[in-house]
Amino acid sequence: MEIKKTSLNKLHQSNNAKFVEFAGYEMPIQYSKGIIEEHKFTRSHSGIFDVSHMGQLFIYGDETLTEELEKIFPLDLKNLKQNCSKYSFLMNEEAGIYDDLIITKIEEGYLIILNAACKDKDFEILSNLLGSKFKMNLDNNKSLIAIQGPKSVEILNSIINGVDQLNFMTGNWFDSDNQKLFITRSGYTGEDGFEISISNDKAENFVENLIEKGAQLIGLGARDTLRLEAGLCLYGHELDINKTPVEANLRWAISKSRLSNGGFIGSKKIMNQMQDGASQIRVGIKPQGRLIAREKTKIFDDTDTQIGEITSGTFGPSVNGPIAMGYVNKEFSKVDTKILLEVRGKKHPANVCALPFYKKNYVKGVN
Amino acid sequence: MSEVKFSKEHEWITLEGEVATIGITKHATEMLGDIVFAELPEKGSNVEKDGTAGVVESTKAASDVYTPVSGEVVDTNQAIVDDPSKINEDPEGSAWFFKLKMKDQSEMDSLMNKEEYDKFAKESAS
Repeated sequence: MEIKKTSLNKLHQSNNAKFVEFAGYEMPIQYSKGIIEEHKFTRSHSGIFDVSHMGQLFIYGDETLTEELEKIFPLDLKNLKQNCSKYSFLMNEEAGIYDDLIITKIEEGYLIILNAACKDKDFEILSNLLGSKFKMNLDNNKSLIAIQGPKSVEILNSIINGVDQLNFMTGNWFDSDNQKLFITRSGYTGEDGFEISISNDKAENFVENLIEKGAQLIGLGARDTLRLEAGLCLYGHELDINKTPVEANLRWAISKSRLSNGGFIGSKKIMNQMQDGASQIRVGIKPQGRLIAREKTKIFDDTDTQIGEITSGTFGPSVNGPIAMGYVNKEFSKVDTKILLEVRGKKHPANVCALPFYKKNYVKGVN
Repeated sequence: MSEVKFSKEHEWITLEGEVATIGITKHATEMLGDIVFAELPEKGSNVEKDGTAGVVESTKAASDVYTPVSGEVVDTNQAIVDDPSKINEDPEGSAWFFKLKMKDQSEMDSLMNKEEYDKFAKESAS
């Protein structure tokens, strides 16, 4: 299969991107300055991320659609206000996660942002569940640009006046360059920022504008260190079909009102796990010293019994030390529990720690 | 000091008397990206030509460091363990990895000179 390219591919090239294949797309892993500088620039200024490989699924419909989607997602969609977003999951009957996603109520229905590697399968699953009652469009004509970091609001507002009035996890339509853009105040870096849905033919010019105002392109490498410092899950690592939201320590994302009556796919399993607790749970892990424990590193207790496995591990540039996330048996999930990580045949000490590693700077209550 | 020689695993080596100094090349650091962890062989241990003699990790991945010649480890560079970013800053100078007392100096003969290595690095990168 031929590798896919986003509408910003040429711009990445002219900015000296190093490319990798990610979910069938040729994506920039880093530019000339490297992952650590890109990471720090995002935390202190403003980074631009091409996330056009992610799926933008529009589903059109009225209250009937809301009712149908409540049978799928563990959300109180009836009380979700227009232009408000929620983090959620598409699950199977066993509450295994097909994908994690952001769903936003828009005037004509819903917009769901899906992971690149999962989007086609998600579309198929949702089509089967919803039947042909609702028009669905996995929009390939639109790019998705994220701008993240403390200077992002000022930079974006100088191009599109009014975005500074958005609250975190809300969105709206804005006029720019003779087209309507849907912009949400959200992101996946632990910083204040925005995601802009824009037609492919306008994306490059729009990003050049952002660069002119002082933002810089940031690759997938720094996106990974940023999200890991923020304690955020990455599908295929912390989340997959064998993990449930309760095990992933994401019960906050399940609407309380849906827990008493269930009625969504996977609700039985989730309600059981909420009551009895899950046997394994996702935790933050800090190796002692400078040791980096990568994905699949085995976790042991002091009696040489394996008690879990690392799902992501790297060096956190803002934390200035190694960080990781993984699953451990629940009796080892308390903060400050001492554990051992097996790296290159030797066991190294580490501590279970609270997430996030890096404190978030989300903007709440602008209005 | 001898001419700098290079291995196909992207290590550089110089020889002074019977002690060789070994590090990784600038080209290697450019391929690896930001280096955030370094592990070196133990002083007094013996390493074999083409065997692993350390590890470097970038933000992206871990890579083994090989030794291009055999010998006894007589010194290691603690400065790059304490601050691995030094490896990106000066890979072919102050950020050397370890020093070996060589067993067989003829092992130097099969290694590449600068011109050969530059050509090799260019070809292997493309």
